[in-house]
Amino acid sequence: MGMARYKGVDLYDVDGLLSEEERMVRDSVRDWVEDRFLPIVTEHHRAGTFPAHLVPELGELGLLGATLEGYGAAGLNNVAYGLVLQELERGDSGLRSFVSVQGALCMYPIARYGTEEQKERFLPSMVKGEVIGCFGLTEPDYGSNPGGMTTRAVEDGDAWVLNGTKRWITNGSTSHVAVVWAKLDDEVRGFLVEAGTPGYTTMDIENKFSLRVSVTSELIFEDCRIPKENILPKAEGLKGPLSCLTQARYGIAWGGVGAAQAIYDEVLEYAKTRVQFSRPIAGYQLVQNKLVWMLTEITKAQLVCVQLGRQKDAGTMHHAQVSLAKRNNIWMALKSARMGRDILGASGITDEYHCGRHMCNLESVSTYEGTHDIHTLILGDHITGIPAYE
Amino acid sequence: MEILVLVKRVPATDSQIKIAADGKSYDAQGVEFVLNPYDEFAVEEALKTKEARGGTVTVMTLGTSAAQKDLRTCLAMGADKAILLTCEDHPDSAAVASVLAEKSKELAPDLIFCGKQAVDDDAGQVGPRVATLLGFACATDVNSLEIGDDTFAATRDIEGGRETIEGKLPAVITCQKGLNEPRYPNLKGIMAAKKKPLDEAAATPPDNKVEVVALEPPAERPAPSILGEGAAAVTTLIDKLQNEAKVL
Repeated sequence: MGMARYKGVDLYDVDGLLSEEERMVRDSVRDWVEDRFLPIVTEHHRAGTFPAHLVPELGELGLLGATLEGYGAAGLNNVAYGLVLQELERGDSGLRSFVSVQGALCMYPIARYGTEEQKERFLPSMVKGEVIGCFGLTEPDYGSNPGGMTTRAVEDGDAWVLNGTKRWITNGSTSHVAVVWAKLDDEVRGFLVEAGTPGYTTMDIENKFSLRVSVTSELIFEDCRIPKENILPKAEGLKGPLSCLTQARYGIAWGGVGAAQAIYDEVLEYAKTRVQFSRPIAGYQLVQNKLVWMLTEITKAQLVCVQLGRQKDAGTMHHAQVSLAKRNNIWMALKSARMGRDILGASGITDEYHCGRHMCNLESVSTYEGTHDIHTLILGDHITGIPAYE
Repeated sequence: MEILVLVKRVPATDSQIKIAADGKSYDAQGVEFVLNPYDEFAVEEALKTKEARGGTVTVMTLGTSAAQKDLRTCLAMGADKAILLTCEDHPDSAAVASVLAEKSKELAPDLIFCGKQAVDDDAGQVGPRVATLLGFACATDVNSLEIGDDTFAATRDIEGGRETIEGKLPAVITCQKGLNEPRYPNLKGIMAAKKKPLDEAAATPPDNKVEVVALEPPAERPAPSILGEGAAAVTTLIDKLQNEAKVL
């Protein structure tokens, strides 16, 4: 309280590109993460548990579905929303993942593709964090190629009957509602499956090296009957789930900046105080080279994010731009984490420092929501017109 | 209930303060400013009182136009309106209280909250002075408060115990740590804040009755010394504690 707080990294006066409200949003989330989340993250990381008691606070702060208009949501612009995710991922990628999945992957498809009844039923309680959501697209055998999914829906009287398995689902076992993508007559459609529905079970994926502060599950559908009104009527084909992924990847690009800033901040401080051969290691050229690399990459990533956000707000953002931002920013964050661990020396392998946790998390973030390589191919397709993944 | 909160923009408590060339002020260059931490308790208590009993929360400061930022934070936390009385000089506590009390009269508040002191000059005078000028009851250093229809009961820590006092509204309450846990401005509050009124008017404080004549940093601590290692150092350590520090 009353202290000058963590200030992030801002060599290029990125603050000057932000409005007063955008800065205020960022600072409020920054303070919350510092006061409420960072003091407990290590114990949750060790135990492999998500701090579920903080979800009502996320709701109270307005971080869930923050860009939605109405339904009690904050109605933020996309730059402010990006800053929220940046600060959350400065805490932990698992915390940011929770908010991304709730907002971009569950509330967004309901808001964009759902009926008014579905929106009224789910969105207000999801804004408050009373209802938690997840997104089931990836399957055990279909990761980068979601179009190959084998989960099927068939019509049977007054119900849809779902069969199949989804895997690597963030918030899976803790969610009250799942947006599940399944093929109905060979067309991908979205269904809302509520926890407790007979034929719907979940199983958590344990013993993770990464995203230990987040719940990752498998969703299993065995003759799972859901009411007819639980289909998302306005999503037809793979572009439905892909549009959700574009939203989430946008946020992840910002998140990468937050994680990298956390690492840089921690490692810079360490390098300035760790003395070897009679002076701080920050005074050696090799260490400076690493720190400058991080600063440069963070700065570039920040500018990419702000411009991307402005374009998203203007309605001119292209999904290839999102691929570039996600690919670049998570790559630089992961590489910063590895360099940071190196600067921390032996200390870097313990959880006394946050760097190692970020490093392990970012391995997941580099893979999920379109792997680094898949984003390379999306961009390759964009510039050549020749899709290499087909 | 008409509730007024008096706040101040101050240097962050961990700022590196440099004394200016005149030897009686500090150099604001590079100093980060924040809402006075004790004023955060005042804003929170005002909002809680409004939530419990209804009414309007107005937040007011005397300062430079940079204080807009801090007032916006108060609005984002949930205050209804803000008043910024601008002044470029350095009025003393009496002058600040005079300006704030004068403006307070227009608002006819039932309750005025402020921090128990501002962490820059630690004077702790403005709250009690405003109460005196307005003829209000005053409770200082309050860390627990109950508000009735036209009464208040305030608890405060005193030497070796706790004291509870009751009084009639209108009153000035100066807020101490422990009174509440200030809320974070939520995103809806931040978005709403820009549409809330923030009135700015120039103030002309009366002449100062006191002047700061010197400002000095605290004396530098003597350099630490290592007396030795392990059991061998104990005798010297005890000798120093007895004869130099005189704590044994």
